[in-house]
Amino acid sequence: MIAKKDLEHMGWLARLELSEEDKEKYTPKLNSVLDYFGELDEVDTEGVEPTYHILPMNNVFREDEVNVPAKPLTQEEALSNAPKKQDGFFKAPRMM
Amino acid sequence: MYDNPDGVMIGLEVHVQLNKLKTKVFCGCTTDYHNDPPNSHVCPVCLGLPGALPKINKKAVEAAIKVGLALNCKIEEHTQFYRKNYYYPDLPKGFQITQYDFPISSGGHIMIEGEDGEHRVGITRAHMEEDPGRLVHEGTIDKSKYTLIDYNRSGMALLEVVSDPDMRSPKEARRYLDKLRNILEYLDVFDGNLEGALRVDANISIMGGQRAEIKNISSHKGAERALLYEIVRQKNVLRRGGIVVLETRHFDEAREITMSMRSKEEAHDYRYFPEPDLVPLKISGWAPAIKETLPELPDARRLRFVEQYGITDDHAKALTSELKLAIFYENVAKKADPKTAAVWICDVLKGELNYRNLTIDSFKKEHMLSVIGLLASKKITEDGAVDIIRTLLDKGGSPDEIVAEKGLLKVEGDIVSTAAEEAIKENPQAVADFKAGKEKALNSLVGAVMKKTKGRADARAAREVLLGKLG
Ligand SMILES: [Zn+2]
Repeated sequence: MIAKKDLEHMGWLARLELSEEDKEKYTPKLNSVLDYFGELDEVDTEGVEPTYHILPMNNVFREDEVNVPAKPLTQEEALSNAPKKQDGFFKAPRMM
Repeated sequence: MYDNPDGVMIGLEVHVQLNKLKTKVFCGCTTDYHNDPPNSHVCPVCLGLPGALPKINKKAVEAAIKVGLALNCKIEEHTQFYRKNYYYPDLPKGFQITQYDFPISSGGHIMIEGEDGEHRVGITRAHMEEDPGRLVHEGTIDKSKYTLIDYNRSGMALLEVVSDPDMRSPKEARRYLDKLRNILEYLDVFDGNLEGALRVDANISIMGGQRAEIKNISSHKGAERALLYEIVRQKNVLRRGGIVVLETRHFDEAREITMSMRSKEEAHDYRYFPEPDLVPLKISGWAPAIKETLPELPDARRLRFVEQYGITDDHAKALTSELKLAIFYENVAKKADPKTAAVWICDVLKGELNYRNLTIDSFKKEHMLSVIGLLASKKITEDGAVDIIRTLLDKGGSPDEIVAEKGLLKVEGDIVSTAAEEAIKENPQAVADFKAGKEKALNSLVGAVMKKTKGRADARAAREVLLGKLG
């Protein structure tokens, strides 16, 4: 059962600001998702191999070759969408 | 038997950059970025732009297997990647691609020199992950207003080597790091001299308390200092009747202290889930072929040096503690007496290099061979040989030039003899004192001979010649 404070915590982890209205709306919605997983838990999976990945493939590699398949971005391109930058660096608020 | 009075238990998580690869782990950006401007070697994959698709570097997987085998780990049949979710500016995607319950290798060990002789340290696992970007703070981390981010490092292949909590002192932790680095350099997957090549998180607890995790340790010496500080801190807390709580602490390298960094994010908040963009790996079948290609590792080379060259175990250990030094020694030992070479490289050259903060790259093997040759033919004294080595390191040149310039050739017997006769003639008081039984008076006569020969005479030889003439 997801309580309002669990939702607030999830919001904080995802750095999402949730309004009181959001919280009222999403708490029951997430609980219905959780209920559905509860139903899945009841399925008998005795003897069934766990699914590690949805694609039936293994071992896809690339060779250790520089700039293959594509060239890197220029510094200007890399920073072009950054809200704040300084001396070629991305600039962000201090953490901690 | 070491009794570990405080019940210290240390486990280390070492992040090793596989920086000998040409490219990053999931994209084709170069690993050769260390002297370049920030954010100049980045692409949609390592910047975490929407829609970018990671693809794993085959050589990185091979290197991880190599390291796993060298650490006596089992290479797992099934291995896969996960997303570890957290928000921090060094992580452009909001998650780190790493491994979780299916690491590439696990269950190994290495031997280190412990408090009471050979000591086994278990390796819990060694798993692959991507390096985050590099953060630059203006001023100190707790005072600066902004964080500047360079993603050139983002996406470098890392191997996180997690040890069991088997180390019982900061010294053992340091020895473990030395040994691990040594093995990695032998494997040629890692250059420890590059910035950020090896970073350490340490878990430490003492009897009666919970463990603290110390982050941000960037050197072997730093690890030892951080752990020494932490033991004192935890003991003080317990002595005052307090409780040592489970927490993460940050090591301030400049101030040599650890600081609590209380965080709301606990382990279960990482919300690991399988990385949908990377399919699982089934590569344990590669292990036998890779094992064939493993080079001789430090412990094996140390045993061989003792057997093949007849040198002491201490010398063999010192010589194999650095790959370049071992190669240097072996090149010299092939052309000169191996025992003499071991003595001069370990007991003299190594000390002189350390004193000057230099590595063996600063000394030519040809020069070591000439010095040993000059000694073997008795052309120079041991003091003269030390002088040559020091001069080579400080000023350069060649041994022969230095010998000529400084007049280091051992002087002939008759020069010593003449000098001794002069010294006796010029110092009647010392002669009288010596004859009256004051043995020390001989020292001033030896000194006079050395002065006359400008130090080229052997002091012991001068003493004998003087005794002969006075007797
Ligand atoms: Zn890239």
